[in-house]
Amino acid sequence: MKARVFVSLKSTVLDPQGQTVRSALQGLGYAGIAEVRQGKFFDISIAAGVTREQARKDLETIAQEVLANPVIEEYQIEVLD
Amino acid sequence: MKFGVIVFPGSNCDHDAFYAASQNLGQQAEYIWHDSATLGDVDAVILPGGFSYGDYLRCGAIAKFSPVMNAVRGFAREGGLVLGVCNGFQILVEAGLLPGALIRNRGLKFICRELRLRVGTSRSPFTSAAVKGQALRMPIAHGEGRYFADERTLDELEAEDRVAFRYIDNANGSLRDIAGILSRERNVMGMMPHPERATEPLMGSSDGLVVFRSMLEAAVRA
Repeated sequence: MKARVFVSLKSTVLDPQGQTVRSALQGLGYAGIAEVRQGKFFDISIAAGVTREQARKDLETIAQEVLANPVIEEYQIEVLD
Repeated sequence: MKFGVIVFPGSNCDHDAFYAASQNLGQQAEYIWHDSATLGDVDAVILPGGFSYGDYLRCGAIAKFSPVMNAVRGFAREGGLVLGVCNGFQILVEAGLLPGALIRNRGLKFICRELRLRVGTSRSPFTSAAVKGQALRMPIAHGEGRYFADERTLDELEAEDRVAFRYIDNANGSLRDIAGILSRERNVMGMMPHPERATEPLMGSSDGLVVFRSMLEAAVRA
């Protein structure tokens, strides 16, 4: 089983990296790009024998306490087969 | 007085902090390795600047799980003085000992320069030797030092007189010019500027000594 955890800055937090990418894209002529926000994701492989339910539970805790800082970031968890 | 300087893998201001406390303040200092479960008989703890654990994941995010941080939490709970400078400040907010977060500088660049701050309050064991409103010169050296917290937290910090330092030259875009804050009990302080790098004329400024002198006064009083 594999999982992916996406972490990105909350919409209320300034993302200067995203803004810089957006200006670069506009400079390249992509006038249709209104906003870019940058984030990261973690590819996680779950060990054999762990139930989907347990994996979800662990991932929720891991995302909340380690992978994301809830003061500035939000996360999304995807469990894949 | 005895200072304990925590050393994480990747700390690089540990020697500066040790030097400031021992040479320029004339007190005892010792290093405490990150996997130590105890702090020994120190009167105050300094979490120095640097790039603990390579700043992987987020600045301070891995360091908060190191064994020594449990001891630091216990020490802080009992009223011990804890000073976090730069990466040390980032570790304190990640560990939940101080509110808010330190995020990428507004201009994206790592900034290494001297700048001016203003003392926000003298009502703390880290600033009691200073005068509120006093201007100090100290260097900053960080890429992720923009102080961020939600409006409610910012209001609370101000209402409780917990903003220890504000930038006169706000180079990183910190909200409300915040450069350093205090815990609710006022015995934990985090700041992005480096007081330890401004403790003798050869360094270009001795203004940082006021932080160490205040801590000494507090320790003598205790």
